[in-house]
Amino acid sequence: MTADTATSTDTPADPLISALTAQARAAAHGTPAPCRCATTPLAVRPDATVIRHAGTVAKAHAPDTDPAALALRVTTATRLPDVLLPPLTPAPAPPRDPHGRLVTLWPYGAPVDRDDPDAAPWEAVATLLARLHRTPVPAGLPPMRGPAKAARALDRLHAALRATPHGPARPAARPVLAAWAALPAWAGAGAPMPGPAALCHGDLHLGQLVRHPAPGGPWRLIDVDDLGAGVPAWDLARPAAWYACGLLPPAEWTRFLTAYRRAGGPAVPADGDPWPALDVPARALTVQTAALAITKALAAGRPLDEVEQALADACARMPSAPAHPPRREPGIPG
Amino acid sequence: MQCPKCHAPMHTYNRNGVQIEQCSGCRGIFLDYGELEALTRLEAQWSQPAPPPPPAPQAYPAAAPPAPAWGAPHGGHHGDHGHYGHHRHKSFGHMLFSS
Repeated sequence: MTADTATSTDTPADPLISALTAQARAAAHGTPAPCRCATTPLAVRPDATVIRHAGTVAKAHAPDTDPAALALRVTTATRLPDVLLPPLTPAPAPPRDPHGRLVTLWPYGAPVDRDDPDAAPWEAVATLLARLHRTPVPAGLPPMRGPAKAARALDRLHAALRATPHGPARPAARPVLAAWAALPAWAGAGAPMPGPAALCHGDLHLGQLVRHPAPGGPWRLIDVDDLGAGVPAWDLARPAAWYACGLLPPAEWTRFLTAYRRAGGPAVPADGDPWPALDVPARALTVQTAALAITKALAAGRPLDEVEQALADACARMPSAPAHPPRREPGIPG
Repeated sequence: MQCPKCHAPMHTYNRNGVQIEQCSGCRGIFLDYGELEALTRLEAQWSQPAPPPPPAPQAYPAAAPPAPAWGAPHGGHHGDHGHYGHHRHKSFGHMLFSS
């Protein structure tokens, strides 16, 4: 269910991978008995380990995941199968792996081709987001975690700067920290999000889309870990930031924005300048992405590459750029 | 399909309406019957108006959509159309797929 890149850190002896494989195998074949199907790690990161076995994907969630919140998020996916990939186990009680991490099981879906920008499904992702944002927020669902993750990225950058007193990427950090300091508190989860809350994905990027059933089924959104109530413009803010930083061509940004508006998405006004609604979230995601890039570059002792530098350059321009005036009415247009 | 040279899987791409297969291993390109002629025609169309930028740009809307004041200059001061072609592939596979 994920499109994250496989990393090479897994070994057959990794107990977490073995435990996930056993669960996925049981779900795929009805028995945990050994079989000849390959197990492929799809993502091995501190905050998630994801493997695929035959047509089943097993995900071990981050160690600090709140079980009740995850259950509500997974249940939301079960109830919105036209937008979110539904889980195999309609968990309210996901099983725990031997390390105490919560595990969920999903059908495999075919990801977006990273090597083919022309094939990126901009209209499909925009339409799915509009549908998600128009769905009433399920009772009890926690806040969307986008702002909390932005704050965590800045925490990581501070830690990396403390740990790495020298390094070619250090000078890029100052404008990123300054741009972060100028953002309103809600952008870093320091205050409640403004406006009426919509149901949000919380971590949208092109790795969060799969076709199910693979290879030609309809596109669905995956990864409900950050799903919740909040400012829907946050879900548009990564493409908006990529466009603003010169990483996404205008024609592709226009396709995405136009499709979102056609589908009645509430995050931006139906016409006119969308930037009053997008400005703060797009600044926040530019800062977040730049912070993570500098953190990685510091750890590797390398300078920023040109794509990463484009994000840091945008942060440097932020203080002198006037903020788009906030909308006068707190109501969401459309 | 598999690459006839190195046997790695080949992926299909659409370039200006022409389907081409590229090998994920050696990056070799396989053209079906008539596709070379189609590419040659497209190249001729590009070379008729003044000198074309090396990576064929997408057709942009007449006016660029609004962008924030802190954004990168779009088609302005640095305004070579090659800017996107230059960044596009790298940023697409690298930046547009991660948290």
